[in-house]
Amino acid sequence: MIEVGSLGATLDAATLIGAVLLEAIVLYGVYGVVEQLLGHRVVDRLRTA
Amino acid sequence: MELLGLSLAMLALFVGFGLLIGVLFGFFGMGGSFLVTPALLVMGYPTRVAVGSGLAFVFGTSVIATLKHRDLGQVDYKLGLLMIVGTTAGIEVGKEIVVHLEGLGLAGSIISVTYVFLLGGIGAFVTYEALKGDSGGGIDHEADTDGPADADDIPDIAKTIQSYRVPPMIDLRGGVTVSLWMILAVAFATGLLSGFLGVGGGFIRMPALFYLVGVPVPIAVGTDLFEIVFSGGLGSFLYALDGGVDLSIVLPLLAGSAFGARVGSAATSIVDEDDIKIYFGLMLLGGSLAVAVREIGSVYELPILNRVSLALILGSALLVSGAVVYSSITALREERRTSSPSVE
Repeated sequence: MIEVGSLGATLDAATLIGAVLLEAIVLYGVYGVVEQLLGHRVVDRLRTA
Repeated sequence: MELLGLSLAMLALFVGFGLLIGVLFGFFGMGGSFLVTPALLVMGYPTRVAVGSGLAFVFGTSVIATLKHRDLGQVDYKLGLLMIVGTTAGIEVGKEIVVHLEGLGLAGSIISVTYVFLLGGIGAFVTYEALKGDSGGGIDHEADTDGPADADDIPDIAKTIQSYRVPPMIDLRGGVTVSLWMILAVAFATGLLSGFLGVGGGFIRMPALFYLVGVPVPIAVGTDLFEIVFSGGLGSFLYALDGGVDLSIVLPLLAGSAFGARVGSAATSIVDEDDIKIYFGLMLLGGSLAVAVREIGSVYELPILNRVSLALILGSALLVSGAVVYSSITALREERRTSSPSVE
């Protein structure tokens, strides 16, 4: 298991959940950019393939 | 080579599994803990870690799927907040019932039997509605999310519930007006089942929002996901306090599901769910059968049935997510043929 520090249990738990939230938001943004750049091309290819 | 303490093969497995669940989660607003926790248990993770990591994963995926549904205008925040109030109260009562049953030594068997019948019952109902095919309350992902709902699209039970005009009346998106008390009653009932069964409750809440409250399916899915952000966040925090959340499981699962949730959410505006809802019903029936098989395995001490149970769950999930992607592609091609008849 990944160690997140030796602070109190509450802070550790909040850090873990914060890390999950941060990853979710970053992934939402990154995949959003990818979707904007490539989404139309992929959809067009699927339509015509 | 290892990353996050996992081999590359395990990492790829988690990312792929996350992708599969993300599609289901984005499309139906359910399927997270229902799929992840049993899989982690069969892989040999301790129950606390399987449940806690499953909840943390559901929390992350619901954040992504809710953001996507928000972009599509499919989240009713007022309904979501009211549902959170009623659900929280219901979960507390559900937990108390479990504690009481544990004292009597009956909790395990009663919960399992209820779970099997509830999953099977909802699955059979949705499948029946799909086979009936006359809509009459059928799920329509293309329903208008802002204008008044077409009376033919509102299920009969929801019409009855909407007819109880006990003030205060609440206006919801999709042109639906329902008594506050009816919303709280539905939320309490779904929370009660959720707390009693120890599950996130998406598979109960999403159909309840549609079949009982009468909101259009896209809003039912988006609002359900909005609620899961809170319930999943709180649940995973409580498990993390006891060291029950393993980031090396959650991070790769989330990397896959973030993409899958985008695909699933986008598919809600493309696919006519008449093509899909039969698979949704069959997935629930598959889940019901899987739980029954697992319980029989634990009663008769047959560990092989645990693997059969997992195969049933994963097989159903794979079938339905594949159907969502396939129907999306078919719908896109159909749309092209309709818009340019000369192509034929």
